[in-house]
Amino acid sequence: MKYLRNVATIKLAEEKCTGCGTCVEVCPHNVFIIESRRAAIVDSDRCMECGACMMNCPSEALFVDKGVGCAAALINSMITGGEPTCGCGGKDGKDNCC
Amino acid sequence: MAELKFRDELIGNKAAGMSSECGCSISPVAGDEKPGWITGTVSAGKGLAYRVSTDLTNTDLWEHIRCRISAFRESYTVKPGLYAVGEPDKNSEVLVSANYKLSFDHLRKELKAMNAWILVLDTKGINVWCAAGKGTFGTEELVKRIALARLHEVVDHRNIIVPQLGAPGVSAHKVRRAAGFKVLYGPVYAKDITTYVAAGRKATPEMRAVRFTTTDRLVLTPMEINPAMKKYYPWYAAAILIFFGLQPTGIIFKGAVMGGLPYLGLGLISVFAGGFLTPLLLPWVPSRSFAVKGWLVGLISVVLTCNIFRLFGPSNDLLRYFVYIFFPMASSYIALQFTGSTTFTGMSGVKKELKVSFPVYILSAAASLILLVLYKTGHWGPP
Repeated sequence: MKYLRNVATIKLAEEKCTGCGTCVEVCPHNVFIIESRRAAIVDSDRCMECGACMMNCPSEALFVDKGVGCAAALINSMITGGEPTCGCGGKDGKDNCC
Repeated sequence: MAELKFRDELIGNKAAGMSSECGCSISPVAGDEKPGWITGTVSAGKGLAYRVSTDLTNTDLWEHIRCRISAFRESYTVKPGLYAVGEPDKNSEVLVSANYKLSFDHLRKELKAMNAWILVLDTKGINVWCAAGKGTFGTEELVKRIALARLHEVVDHRNIIVPQLGAPGVSAHKVRRAAGFKVLYGPVYAKDITTYVAAGRKATPEMRAVRFTTTDRLVLTPMEINPAMKKYYPWYAAAILIFFGLQPTGIIFKGAVMGGLPYLGLGLISVFAGGFLTPLLLPWVPSRSFAVKGWLVGLISVVLTCNIFRLFGPSNDLLRYFVYIFFPMASSYIALQFTGSTTFTGMSGVKKELKVSFPVYILSAAASLILLVLYKTGHWGPP
């Protein structure tokens, strides 16, 4: 299953990539492959913007506008003007979004 | 060995005076009474760690069901710190988990053949993936928890296995710099952990990919329906009963019930369509947009219901328009909420959906209201 086309904010700066393969390892949706010693994005529509690749890229070659793909969280942030965080669980949690 | 008091002797808790600072009330294991899943103690470096069972009891399973259907899950936690399965020693693997007991249970039940350490992070009772998204399952907490557990005294090696879905919160290279431990990303699913370790900590591409099977979606649906029924349905039901009971002379009970009943039913149908059918049939409903998927499933459900029960005579055009505008829209809105439960929707996509669908929702709601008012005034006749 894939989500909307051409919306994922993932960007790879090929010139910074050392081809270590960490992104291939952490990505839960097979967005990357290693091709001639560098990472390449196979299909950005598969990306869910979880940010695992960006967090673990030792050479900071990856950028993604990381966030929760959760309508309840985004609606909450529209109303309150705050950051869109998943309000699930915790003492202040009102929504059950994940 | 003297009997331990549960509250105080856990390594990583007393050692650094954590019991008060931890801030996590542990409802299933409150007080000094040890929960059933703790089966003894194991020496861990200079301290002790609790050994946990790798079998789930009926109590555990009943609690898991409650997590899937109610707010019970919001306070279902284990105390953060170091635990043991089997007879781990200085060469045993260290597996990292979250302090949501459902996550912890999913891990421990897969470790039957292993001697290993489990390092539980304080994720405020949230599962690994969601907590990683928020950063509570993150670099800082991991580094802190390694230090509190004095992990460098517990094991001779310097590797820790972090679930792959913890990666959105953890920077492996930063953990290594700050704590001296190398993060190895384990498989997505706990059931693969023994295979992963046996293969020399190598995950196959299948172990690295997250899935979203029909069963996965099915177990999530009660928590889609439950909030919709609690948050919206009572208000909706009250409004419908008042509307149909409302007469120039006051509110008539009989009118409210007789006139309102089909609409209370259609309300339930639209919750069912958006909160149950759409998630269940997700891969087969056309469109990638959850709002469109929900609208389609809602429309079909409402059309079928109206035709099967022959709800409208030919003179009820205004109400018919209301039904076909309002209920598919409600299903669409409820289906859109499911984006928070999937394994593949991203923030940019949901933002785009909201930008398009919200104006449509507001227009549809306004049109619905106008149709109802027109129906009511027409029904009462000219003054």
